[in-house]
Amino acid sequence: MAAEAHGEEAGGLVFHPMDQFIVKPFFGDGAVSWYTITNATVWMALAVLAVFALLVLGTSKRSVVPTRMQSVGELAYGFIYKMVEDICGKDGVKYFPYIMTLFMFIVFSNFLGLLPMAFTPTSHIAVTAVMAFAVFFGVTILGFVKNGASFLSLFWVSSAPLALRPILALIEIISYFVRPVSHSIRLAGNMMAGHAVIKVFAGFAAIAAIAPFSIVAITAMYGLEILVSFIQAYVFTILTCVYLKDALHPHH
Amino acid sequence: MEGDIVQMGAYIGAGLACMGMGGAAVGVGNVAGNYLAGALRNPSAAAGQTATLFIGIAFAEALGIFSFLVALLLMFAV
Repeated sequence: MAAEAHGEEAGGLVFHPMDQFIVKPFFGDGAVSWYTITNATVWMALAVLAVFALLVLGTSKRSVVPTRMQSVGELAYGFIYKMVEDICGKDGVKYFPYIMTLFMFIVFSNFLGLLPMAFTPTSHIAVTAVMAFAVFFGVTILGFVKNGASFLSLFWVSSAPLALRPILALIEIISYFVRPVSHSIRLAGNMMAGHAVIKVFAGFAAIAAIAPFSIVAITAMYGLEILVSFIQAYVFTILTCVYLKDALHPHH
Repeated sequence: MEGDIVQMGAYIGAGLACMGMGGAAVGVGNVAGNYLAGALRNPSAAAGQTATLFIGIAFAEALGIFSFLVALLLMFAV
């Protein structure tokens, strides 16, 4: 509803900052059905190809003195491996491939989305919610398989005074079920907000009086967005590790 | 006077929801500032706590993102 009457009255560019998040067919236009190749499909595929290029093609030579691609790949591998080992402990290393996959996909979706005219798959709650609920259900099932009914001691804080424990249990249960919601909205919201802010400043760039300010602001926001892209991928992964640790070691 | 009073309310509500951002800003600043204060007192322990720092920032920031979500829902969904 806000798509009309935006921008033109002040002489700015006529586009809406949220237009970039519309999922539309990549070839021609028409209805979107389940088999249509949309811009979301294309940019997700590009993210997967970029991960493949970095981790498989980049390290295929396995030279002792690494090339640039190989050292970046090794750096990413070592970074995530250390994170999983530090937070989940030795028995969490078994789940390292899944966490590495999540991190690489998110970080490449975020970075490729920063290209002009690109589409960011992670700015859509549909994409992040699937990843967050996969983590949530996976971790919950894993917790019950590994610990049986004693997984429920996660909600029973044994270090607290006895009178407080039922209230704490209620709070713990609510916070447990809010996890997938906040986990997915954090990533999608950050990506959407950052890209929308860049587009809002881009809309001001057509007004001659404030164009220099607007272009400087775009540059500054762009630098910030590069940082945010990485930090949000890192935060998503680290929270996955924390949830995994809760499932493996539920005792407080 | 013309227009839809429901839409007016939605826009006012979206603007009010932006105040949640201030709360998130206070929270994130508090986390980062306290981390820095602690890190300057004991620099050797600082490196081990960066993961905790980011988890704390993420939790504080999530609530700001929720207010952004409320604003978006009011703008586009209501």
